[in-house]
Amino acid sequence: MNGYNFAYLDEQTKRMIRRGLLKAVAIPGYQVPFGGREMPMPYGWGTGGMQLTASILGEDDVLKVIDQGADDTTNAVSIRAFFERVAGVETTTATAEADVIQTRHRIPETPLSADQILVFQVPIPEPLRFIEPSEEETRVMHALEEYGVMHVKLYEDIARHGHIATTYAYPVKVDGRYVTDPSPIPKFDNPKLHMSEALMLFGAGREKRLYAIPPHTRVESLDFEDHPFEIQAWDEPCALCGARDSFLDEVITDDVGGRMFVCSDTDYCQRRQEEVA
Amino acid sequence: MYVAVKGGEQAIANAHRWLADRRRGDRERDALSVAQLAEQMNLAVDRVMAEASLYDPELAALALKQASGDLVEAVFLLRAYRTTLPRLAETVALDTGAMRLERRVSATYKDVPGGQVLGPTYDYTHRLLDFLQLADGEVPEPARAEQALEACPPILEQLDAEGLIERETDDGAEPYDITRDPPDFPVDRATRLQMLARGDEGYLLALGYSTQRGYGRNHPFAGEIRIGTLEVEIAVEECEAPVCIGEIALSECQMINQFAGSRDRAPQFTRGYGLAFGRNERKTMAMALVDRALRAEELGEPVQGPAQQPEFVLAHADSVEASGFVSHLKLPHYVDFQSELELLRRLRSAHGQPDGAEDSRETVDDGGKKKEPAVEQDTNESEQVSP
Repeated sequence: MNGYNFAYLDEQTKRMIRRGLLKAVAIPGYQVPFGGREMPMPYGWGTGGMQLTASILGEDDVLKVIDQGADDTTNAVSIRAFFERVAGVETTTATAEADVIQTRHRIPETPLSADQILVFQVPIPEPLRFIEPSEEETRVMHALEEYGVMHVKLYEDIARHGHIATTYAYPVKVDGRYVTDPSPIPKFDNPKLHMSEALMLFGAGREKRLYAIPPHTRVESLDFEDHPFEIQAWDEPCALCGARDSFLDEVITDDVGGRMFVCSDTDYCQRRQEEVA
Repeated sequence: MYVAVKGGEQAIANAHRWLADRRRGDRERDALSVAQLAEQMNLAVDRVMAEASLYDPELAALALKQASGDLVEAVFLLRAYRTTLPRLAETVALDTGAMRLERRVSATYKDVPGGQVLGPTYDYTHRLLDFLQLADGEVPEPARAEQALEACPPILEQLDAEGLIERETDDGAEPYDITRDPPDFPVDRATRLQMLARGDEGYLLALGYSTQRGYGRNHPFAGEIRIGTLEVEIAVEECEAPVCIGEIALSECQMINQFAGSRDRAPQFTRGYGLAFGRNERKTMAMALVDRALRAEELGEPVQGPAQQPEFVLAHADSVEASGFVSHLKLPHYVDFQSELELLRRLRSAHGQPDGAEDSRETVDDGGKKKEPAVEQDTNESEQVSP
């Protein structure tokens, strides 16, 4: 696009971000501060993910953007259009055909491969933030591996409700060291983080932090021996493709309580429907 | 049969067209020109420049026009443009003592060298709507002095031979640049001031106000407020003297605050500092109050109010960040919400029989609570009668 560098950010900024990413990959799960820039979209709408995508995107890369698992939600459409405009890259909705996938709140159901990178948009990168609001404090807690409060919080859930009441942004421990926020993905997606084939990058624009889960890294969801981590399950399959292994969104179909469940991953659902047809 | 909703792309394009139409309004009327806005909405333009950290009245006016007058949106537009600009040079530090003054007042000294100058202020206007402006009445020329005011050094430096007011000295340290590097809490005062300078005016005003009402009280006096224009200079290799590259308008506020002293320091007046692009007096006063409040820990004062907590104040001051994160709640959250639905259903099914009993008790409570608003209404009515 006239007047702007390839993929919007100038090369110096991209280099600064790539240096940050190298550090993030070297220290899995550690939040690396970076000089986040203003993007021409609002903070909180994926500016962190966009800066990472802009920094790693090459001219030949194929980009996929999803929000809530879907390619056609307005913000996913908007971000995809942005990169088509400022980078002129090819885009796709097919998970398997993408080199870089920018996502908000989901990991695709189709397993990722070693030559793919998943970029997460992160609102609050600090998993301890809602226990300790001060950044000064939480940094020290990470340095000292002082994660007891997190287990206390989960224990209090069990004491109060009978089980852990965290359903998304469920905290994980990466490579046995850093407690990390997997971004607000449903805990259903947490197992996909463990020993992933693909590189996973996380960008928080407003908070100016980035972090990574490199391929083949151990990622454990925090739990207790007598209360092991569990993922959500549905009683019925997807009403469109019949999948029993995917995250389902509830769709209200009338005003008398009628509802159905369909895959949140639109590409996965469509591909399965085509296979059946 | 349910079909997933498609067509986000078309919806977005149509929304943009509708927006452009709404912005333009009735085509029978003249469109506002950017030059008109820069001239006649100059205080709005100044606020946009200050909070966007970019001094360019024309582009700020363009942002204001493009944002249909939404200041927060205009700040965002200009900030997003600013971030794409290359950094060609760094200016020589400004000396506000050399300012070409148009306004300069002190609330602490009755008569000051150079005099008190009101300048073009709203302060003593009676806030009566001027209906002549509805009819585009003529505006008389202002009275003009024979010659421009001479530059005056800051009042506080001049009038405090006794050393009752703390002096600020340049320690020569390279300032941190919050536009290039992420803030690393705790931050030093220079960094804090950078963050406050681009902070949202309404937010700083409320926090500054809170210190006056007792949440971290520190007895402020407006030592000096000055508004005027100042030349900006850069050092060029081939030239001995710095080269002037233009002139900017600035507002500065030096607040003086009591300080009872501590074991290490004798009692003294301390300072809070505010500085902003353009004519932004309210902003600089609020900024100075908050700057001083944030020095509580440094000065060994008890930290009691929100305005004294650096992370709280600074992490939430930026309107671009704040409005972005608040507005992102409009984005779909189907997946998180679905996860919560599933949990809630599980919790409710496990809740069992006593649940119904509690529900009925809640209804009773609601009935009881209804009396309270009725009482409030009564007081409202009596208040309405009094004027």
